[in-house]
Amino acid sequence: MAYSEKVIDHYENPRNVGSLDKNSPDVGTGLVGAPACGDVMKLQLRVNDEGVIQEAKFKTFGCGSAIASSSLVTEWVKGMTIDQAAQLRNTKIAEELNLPPVKIHCSVLAEDAIKAAIADYKAKRAAREAAAAE
Amino acid sequence: MKLPIFMDNHSTTPLDPRVLEKMMPYLTTEFGNAASRNHAFGWHAEEASERARGQVGQLIGASGKEIVWTSGATESINLALKGAAEFYVDKGRHIVTVQTEHKAVLDTCKRLEKEGYEVTYLPVDKEGRISAAQVAAAMKPGTLLVSVMLANNEVGVVHPVEEIGQVVKEKGAIFHVDAVQGVGKVPFSVDDAKADLVSLSGHKIYGPKGVGALYVRRKPRVRISPIIDGGGHERGMRSGTLNVPGIVGFGEAAELARLEFKEESARLLRLRSRLHERISSRLPETYINGSLEHRLPGNLNISFAYVEGEGLLMALKDVAVSSGSACTSASLEPSYVLRALGIGEELAHTSIRFGIGRFNTEEEVDYVADLVVGKVQRLRELSPLWEMAQEGIDLKSINWAQAH
Repeated sequence: MAYSEKVIDHYENPRNVGSLDKNSPDVGTGLVGAPACGDVMKLQLRVNDEGVIQEAKFKTFGCGSAIASSSLVTEWVKGMTIDQAAQLRNTKIAEELNLPPVKIHCSVLAEDAIKAAIADYKAKRAAREAAAAE
Repeated sequence: MKLPIFMDNHSTTPLDPRVLEKMMPYLTTEFGNAASRNHAFGWHAEEASERARGQVGQLIGASGKEIVWTSGATESINLALKGAAEFYVDKGRHIVTVQTEHKAVLDTCKRLEKEGYEVTYLPVDKEGRISAAQVAAAMKPGTLLVSVMLANNEVGVVHPVEEIGQVVKEKGAIFHVDAVQGVGKVPFSVDDAKADLVSLSGHKIYGPKGVGALYVRRKPRVRISPIIDGGGHERGMRSGTLNVPGIVGFGEAAELARLEFKEESARLLRLRSRLHERISSRLPETYINGSLEHRLPGNLNISFAYVEGEGLLMALKDVAVSSGSACTSASLEPSYVLRALGIGEELAHTSIRFGIGRFNTEEEVDYVADLVVGKVQRLRELSPLWEMAQEGIDLKSINWAQAH
């Protein structure tokens, strides 16, 4: 299968590889996919008090398209509010990377990873606010 | 050293220049139809085809008279299985084969099941092998045919076909051996294996594509019904004008394989061991899939835990190898062969098959080993699974999503 230039670029020079402290209160972590399916993405977001994403990091087990999808979204979501990031659709990722039909699931996984990271951050914040209210 | 490096010699092999040289006249001046009985063009073509029959026969310890030309091993296998099933239907309707056979065998068996035959697909052990005892236990009075491959195309595992042939003949069934991957690489003769039908391919032994052969035993005589109707070529077993240049090339390739088999196998084994050693000594958590002892000398099928196979293939872009990962096939299922060996889907997704062949050099092996080690290390740094494993998290304890 031939990869698009953008996939190759992200695969060879992945942006924002790494990990944030998953126990930090301002970090949301999304872990999606499954080893048995051949794709696992871990996406982490550091969010400030205004709900703006300050930092995004990823690690991905998967094919070139999966790595590129996650690398791309870490670039995109930086500077977005979490509400804006939650609006990000897989079709935009697939379009940007020129993914063939058999690789669309990689972009779906990237969308799921963002949502999972935001949900984790929100759950942490809700728990903190609930604790503060008591 | 020239890039890219071809190290996928189970998929196909490059044409040996000595083979091409022998083929050239038959692609140019000697263009006759081997079935033309009344002029020199036909006679020359027929002589060339007969000579090649002898060469291919000799490679497997058979007579040239027992060789039927086909378009390739897929056709040979279809002809062997469907042809024997139809001809010997009075003996019964039961067929025994193995779960790790090539799709040409498995899908032909599926077709026969639709036509009312019953097929037993034997499981393999974790080394990827079956035993003669398993075959004997699966056979029953209505078993007309047993089909077992000499060597597996993915994991290179070699089956004990001599022992299996013994029990098949004791029970009176026809024995077909798919010898495509094994012939010319491990010892094989039709008499030692007591084989009745043997499928062979030209392009797996440095011959041309588009030509194969089916060995059909003459003593005692084995019969098959044709699956292609026409001019009655190949003693009625396979109609169609002979691919003379391909046949000449296959014949020469078979002769070279026979003459050079010993030295070549020893050299391939040395290169394979070197590749294995250079990778496994520098990378933790690599796993060989299938028996290392009963294996084609040029095959190394290895899983790199926590690194997905297709992702790794992309990093090895100057090296042609293949992966058992789902992502490289049209379906999204990982290799059925690796699954039959009991290898979990997680590890099946991380497998790479190296197929070292006649034209690979030690320099290439060293280059590939270094490249693999570097890229696996890089991709592990990128892998959340590697990170979790380093933190001591048991990956099996995580509730992963089930959908693919």
